[in-house]
Amino acid sequence: MKRILVGIKRVVDYNVRIRVKPDGSGVITDGVKMSINPFDEIALEEALRIKEKGLAEEVVVATIGPADCQQQLRTALAMGADRALLVQADAVVEPLVAARALLKLVEKEQPMLVILGKQAIDDDNSQTGQMLAGLWNRPQATFASKVELSDGKARVTREVDAGLETLEVDLPAVLTTDLRLNEPRYVKLPDIMKAKKKPLETLTLSGIGVEQKQRLKLVKFEPPPQRQKGIRVKDAAELVDALRKKGVI
Amino acid sequence: MTKVLIVAEHDGSKLNPATAKCVTCARSLAGAEITVVVCAADAAAVASQAAQLAGVTRVLTVENPANARLLSAIVAPQIVALAGPYTHVLGPTTTFGKDLMPRIAALLDVAQVSDIMAVDSPTRFRRPIYAGNAILTVEVEGGAKVVGTVRIASYEAAPAGGSAAAIEKASVSAELPTHTRFVSVSAAKSDRPDLQTATRVVSGGRALGSSDAFKILYSLADKLGAAVGASRAAVDAGYAPNELQVGQTGKIIAPELYVAIGISGAIQHLTGIKDARTIVAINKDAEAPIFEVADYGLVGDLFQIVPELEKLI
Repeated sequence: MKRILVGIKRVVDYNVRIRVKPDGSGVITDGVKMSINPFDEIALEEALRIKEKGLAEEVVVATIGPADCQQQLRTALAMGADRALLVQADAVVEPLVAARALLKLVEKEQPMLVILGKQAIDDDNSQTGQMLAGLWNRPQATFASKVELSDGKARVTREVDAGLETLEVDLPAVLTTDLRLNEPRYVKLPDIMKAKKKPLETLTLSGIGVEQKQRLKLVKFEPPPQRQKGIRVKDAAELVDALRKKGVI
Repeated sequence: MTKVLIVAEHDGSKLNPATAKCVTCARSLAGAEITVVVCAADAAAVASQAAQLAGVTRVLTVENPANARLLSAIVAPQIVALAGPYTHVLGPTTTFGKDLMPRIAALLDVAQVSDIMAVDSPTRFRRPIYAGNAILTVEVEGGAKVVGTVRIASYEAAPAGGSAAAIEKASVSAELPTHTRFVSVSAAKSDRPDLQTATRVVSGGRALGSSDAFKILYSLADKLGAAVGASRAAVDAGYAPNELQVGQTGKIIAPELYVAIGISGAIQHLTGIKDARTIVAINKDAEAPIFEVADYGLVGDLFQIVPELEKLI
């Protein structure tokens, strides 16, 4: 079966103002709205569009994290994924552990394509897709803004510092999505009802043979230094004067 | 003994300035011996530039026709083959380094420290998370090799000049895949300074209203000798190309002067400019969050103010 595996991560919603815990042990997540990482929503949307074009038959969505991730998996099923896999893990899941877990799912599901977001907006690491591709010894096309599939290959346009780069990769391959790849669909109420009946399988890291090793110790979290509040100027002339006085122009 | 291997970013003829910034980061590791590795089809020109950087003790060249374009799937196994004697393997937090370094880390079975903004010790680093709304200190445990990307806005470029480091050819035995092929790259040619290294940047937001209106920014930028940037909203709307995007998911920059024009200042944008020395904001909405971080704020109509500024400068 032509299958696409989409990895998603449950993160603090991007509209939430982040606050560091006073004891520096983390950021405050109690009572905070959690969502699918926005880049991962784009990944899922792309997979659904590929399926709707008849180029794939099944979209499987997966995550690695605590039991609460079921909420985000249900949202993904409501968007249109066919089934969901939750690899339950309660401690911190580093990108390398996530990549190893995804590799196990790849071996089990044999997808033609794995699509992930290019980074999670919580840890901003931008690692998991590249790590999975490396461990799997398959192509990676990261920061994708356009994807075209044809006979066992993908032509992917990537947003790079210089502009746009196009790669051709053999399938199976790992893609990570940039912002302008697509605009994810809204979930409709009847789809939420339907999603409750879709299959959601729960696995564990040890059950799939992945060691939950933490290689980086999180020593402390701190708020960033604040910029001093500046001044208001009344017009262009005053602005130019001020910049000249400061010696920046 | 701290031995650092830095993966050079280049376009085949010119060393990217991001590499010189990685060298500065590496120099903040006490007693580091710094090697730069240049993978290329013909490495001579880039290697001699890398050899000039202060603090570099050795340059390794890995020449192979497969390295004509630096594709991560092809470069990663070569770096892994060389990584053995090194305690640290570093690359820049650019789209090149972000794409390549995690693949190297995974093949070495180690974690990656993304976006190093400060070095506390050879195993302890600070990095921004949550779009720069928190700073996390991490410790690499168990004597593992450190693989990291260097947040280039946090470091000055290592100066060139002085005595040149030795350049040595390295031979690498690694199986290189053929499953990934370069097709093309399209980049707007520009005589303006590069956005990532410019000392002055003029940036536009959604309030510009069209790609045509962006011309007034280019005109002001030219007067200032500045690069041009854009907010995500402006890029999404098609007013500016993607390579101009500044922010959490675009470029993180640290110019001497940043002029934000018609940019409201979403958190995701502010994270891209918080290291700018001086921030100027011009916006008609007096409540726009950009004014919270601006050193100089001017409330008014940008279409009137920008041409005035150009005349006055």
